[in-house]
Amino acid sequence: MKRKILSPPVLLLLPAMIIIVAVILLPLLLSLYTSFTPFKLTRPDTFYRFIGLRNYERLFTDVYFWAAFGRTFVVLTIALNVEMMLGLGLALLVNRAIAGQRTLRTIMMFPMMFSPILVGFQFKFLFNDNIGLVNNALQSLGIAQAIPWLVDEYLALFAILTAEIWSSTSIFAILILAGLMAIPRDPIEAAKVDGCTVWQTFRHITLPYLMPFMFIAMTIRSLDIARAYDIVQIMTAGGPARRTELLWTLISRTGYVDANMGLANAMAYISIFLSIFFTWYFFRKLMAARRYMGGAQ
Amino acid sequence: MAVVTLEKVVKRYGPLDVVHGIDLDIAHGEFVVLVGPSGCGKSTTLRMIAGLEDISDGTIRIGDRVVNDLPPRDRNVSMVFQNYALYPHMNVAENLGFSLKIANRPKDEITQRVAEAAGILGLDDLMDRLPGQLSGGQRQRVAMGRAIVRHPDVFLFDEPLSNLDAKLRTQMRTEIKKLHQKVKTTVIYVTHDQIEAMTLADRMVIMRGGQIEQVGSPMDIFHNPANLFVAQFIGSPPMNLADGVVTDAKTVRLENGMELPLTADMAGRVAAGTAVVMGIRAEEMVFEGHGDAGAQSTRVDITASLSEPLGNESLVFFEFCGREWVCRMFDPRPVEPGESLGVHLNMDRVHLFDKTTEIRL
Ligand SMILES: Nc1ncnc2c1ncn2[C@@H]1O[C@H](COP(=O)(O)OP(=O)(O)OP(=O)(O)O)[C@@H](O)[C@H]1O
Ligand SMILES: [Mg+2]
Repeated sequence: MKRKILSPPVLLLLPAMIIIVAVILLPLLLSLYTSFTPFKLTRPDTFYRFIGLRNYERLFTDVYFWAAFGRTFVVLTIALNVEMMLGLGLALLVNRAIAGQRTLRTIMMFPMMFSPILVGFQFKFLFNDNIGLVNNALQSLGIAQAIPWLVDEYLALFAILTAEIWSSTSIFAILILAGLMAIPRDPIEAAKVDGCTVWQTFRHITLPYLMPFMFIAMTIRSLDIARAYDIVQIMTAGGPARRTELLWTLISRTGYVDANMGLANAMAYISIFLSIFFTWYFFRKLMAARRYMGGAQ
Repeated sequence: MAVVTLEKVVKRYGPLDVVHGIDLDIAHGEFVVLVGPSGCGKSTTLRMIAGLEDISDGTIRIGDRVVNDLPPRDRNVSMVFQNYALYPHMNVAENLGFSLKIANRPKDEITQRVAEAAGILGLDDLMDRLPGQLSGGQRQRVAMGRAIVRHPDVFLFDEPLSNLDAKLRTQMRTEIKKLHQKVKTTVIYVTHDQIEAMTLADRMVIMRGGQIEQVGSPMDIFHNPANLFVAQFIGSPPMNLADGVVTDAKTVRLENGMELPLTADMAGRVAAGTAVVMGIRAEEMVFEGHGDAGAQSTRVDITASLSEPLGNESLVFFEFCGREWVCRMFDPRPVEPGESLGVHLNMDRVHLFDKTTEIRL
């Protein structure tokens, strides 16, 4: 007699499960394990030395790590907020355009079409203190001194943020525009008759309608920006002297340049919490905003 | 006091005129219904009064103010939309109180007025629900409540009942009528349903193609339609029509050769030789043995093609003069298709319309 070991549903899902285990779960476990070893890429034998939480203990007192952590948090917060405000403004403007809206929409998406690496190079050139366009323009306006855009800590972060915001505002703009175009006309007209000014209509009717779209954009971007390594790496590579070090440049340098894979993985696991925190936060907001929009006519 | 006056009001969309200079005076507290076929400009007219559409030409006055260039919020009107247009993220109480909150009214005044409106409309148990959690009829009532909390000068209704099922529609119709008797505010109500128009209106405005065809009380319009269009549009089943010519012998000769005697009064008004369309309502014809069509009646013989029993009466369809006619049979008996019947037409209630101008003679 043949005994059924696996039920058909499990059997059918098995190939997918095996692939998921092979490409996601195994690497994840492996990297988690290495974060408990002093694993160095140059010395394979270290892979088998288990040192418990030593990497983590070291990180908790590592000033550079926490500086990068804090900086990343600030950059994330500023970037997401500015991108959302600009995206909202852009979407509102494009939505008001009577003619040429399609063209505008396409133009608006241009920044999304460039590789972040190219964006990085472009802005590195723009902000170069000798030959950069920005200083050049300032000079023609009569500001004689060359501004060290990519050298000073705050200016460099500002330059990085500018590049980041330039390349990603359109994602917000597109998603919010989609929301704007989906808004029914009736409640807005009802609000007008109910005595709302243009601003009140926006504040009380349009904005609540847009909230789910904004939070979707936020959620997507919070995942996105937590991996936005390219622009920073190209523009400053975390330097000079670690002044613009963000988590992802720090981790990649620790892992690949210093070959300290175990420590890098420990950093990565700590910083994942940052990502998860942002994503969870926006996702909860999204759910709350969607609750009433969902069932409405 | 809110008298609403429209003077030569025009609405243009580019080169296209959709409202052709209409004039209308609406008295304070009056219930006026705009009615007409789809696309005739009823909603456009209403939206111009509300301020949701610009006025291309002419003047609209509410009270003694010209409101042409005032934004909706300065007109003190409230509007009930066809699909209710509730604010989906606010619960019923917030929906009702929204306009007062925007107007910065004190909290307890808002609470009190919202409660008052909720009481009138029976919404007390629903105050915490979101619009998505209400049935169509309940949403409808919230939309009306939102309109009445404001104590506006004018209520504007744009087909507020058309999304409801037949039974609820009848019920809400009655409630709107009662509401109007209670609050005594000017109402302008748009519908394409002529029964709704007849039952609700103090005065009816019949529109077609951006123009007003006739203004009058429901009974007046029903009995004295100004032209062929109004005659056909108002009344159910629609008026029966036949083409013909008025003769010297004070009769009208129909296309099928039949000659019907006109009343002396009618014959005096219409010159012999005029090409006309004769109209008579289904109620003004009586089947032989089913009642009395009055002293001025004349008998014609017809062959029934179909009968629709409605219980207390039947509608009997037959072909007459190349058109389909329908007549009510009171105190009905079964009628077989193909059966020959005699019908008495009450010639006192026959209308004649000029064939070219379509104006009633
Ligand atoms: N934005 C617009 N641009 C061009 N034409 C329009 C526009 N809005 C409405 N119209 C036209 O104006 C005419 C009147 O429209 P309106 O909505 O007032 O009709 P209505 O009488 O309310 O019809 P219904 O009973 O179907 O609601 C229609 O022929 C319509 O096609
Ligand atoms: Mg309409």
